[in-house]
Amino acid sequence: MKPAPFDYVQAETLDEALAVLAAEGSDARVIAGGQSLMPMLNMRLARPKVLIDVMRIGSLARVDDGGDRVVVGAGVRQAALLAWPRLAAKLPLIALALPWTGHAQTRSRGTICGSVAHADPSAEMPLCLIALDGEVHLRSARRRRVLPAGDYITGMMSTARDDDELIEAVAFRVRPGRGCGFREVARRHGDFAIAACAAIAHADGIRLAVAGVADRPELRDWPDLEGDALDDALNAFAYDLDARDDIHATARYRRDLVRQIGRDVIDEARRCRV
Amino acid sequence: MPRLSAAQRHPVRFRLNGEAVEGIAEPRMLLADFIRHELGRTGTHVGCEHGVCGACTVSIDGTMARSCLTLAAQVEGCEVRTVEGLAPEPGRLSVLQAAFRRHHALQCGFCTAGILMSLDVYLRAHPAPTEPEIREVLSGHLCRCTGYAPIVRAAMDAAAELSLSTRQEDVRYV
Repeated sequence: MKPAPFDYVQAETLDEALAVLAAEGSDARVIAGGQSLMPMLNMRLARPKVLIDVMRIGSLARVDDGGDRVVVGAGVRQAALLAWPRLAAKLPLIALALPWTGHAQTRSRGTICGSVAHADPSAEMPLCLIALDGEVHLRSARRRRVLPAGDYITGMMSTARDDDELIEAVAFRVRPGRGCGFREVARRHGDFAIAACAAIAHADGIRLAVAGVADRPELRDWPDLEGDALDDALNAFAYDLDARDDIHATARYRRDLVRQIGRDVIDEARRCRV
Repeated sequence: MPRLSAAQRHPVRFRLNGEAVEGIAEPRMLLADFIRHELGRTGTHVGCEHGVCGACTVSIDGTMARSCLTLAAQVEGCEVRTVEGLAPEPGRLSVLQAAFRRHHALQCGFCTAGILMSLDVYLRAHPAPTEPEIREVLSGHLCRCTGYAPIVRAAMDAAAELSLSTRQEDVRYV
């Protein structure tokens, strides 16, 4: 339960970090808050030769409110975004979901981008990024590119990031007037979700995004379904997610969570739709 | 841009409980192990080593943090506080520690140091907590002895005592 040896580089600028990443490729890993990567290192599920610490790069520690989108830099800790005074007004779904992301003791260090980079199938931030049509801003010494969150996350802890790229920021779209709801079930508040549901209600219909069941967050868009039609849609979605049995819950229980808390969060989202 | 080689040990300097400390560490050394084995302060306990149990929780720059999910090299220049820094003087407990004793908020004590550090940080920022807020803070810790009820009672009692007290010393030593 101790990390395998690695070199440690504390980058002062983004260019320095990108240069090391370009030279080392898949032998390097970027560390920000470390709350996802450190367990992987401790359990030796990740054995990089070089660790590049980006937390002293001042330019990455910014939340930019661009009106119709909020861009969260790679150095922004979860606790810092939770304390951002405009969070509830601009990104109400994030305001609901962030308190479920880990514990206060890990949100103090963990970053938003780090959670997206890790792409755990049960994690809240990848779920919300996908639910909000967010983008991942990737940067390498070669180029800069922007991927829709749904294209970035390709499976369980696997992403479209190239070996020489790092996440510079993630961008959430701001859409006033939409209602949202969030709920999850875990063995203990802050632990990995057995199932997590995020719903968005807008003028033309509803969206439900689910984490913890399939190998990546999945979403469905529906018109404003009610009653049996909504139950049928939720049931079909629950089966489409191809839930598996594991030590925490059976597939059947997970499907039931999708039907039950899926319905709850949709109702919650509709209540706060303007 | 310094690159610390995996094969060597490098100096790490920070402030621990108000005192400047220095030791040497490989880049891969965890803060928990650095505090215990390099600096010899064994009050911080190591349980699961992947951030779940909370036993190793310390304060880094005034926030609660897992010292098993932090590298020693990452706290260079930081202000770290551990359970050894809670008591105002030898032979005297802090308000929170005294409340833990009164309420039997510990049995084996393995989880206690981490819980004390989380509550110390929380009560400094939130002097009038509600019971659900305390329980939420405690959700980041595992205690297999107490069932948590006495820990919640101790935290609420300490908060009440701190809010009554205007003595500067007691405010400083939550």
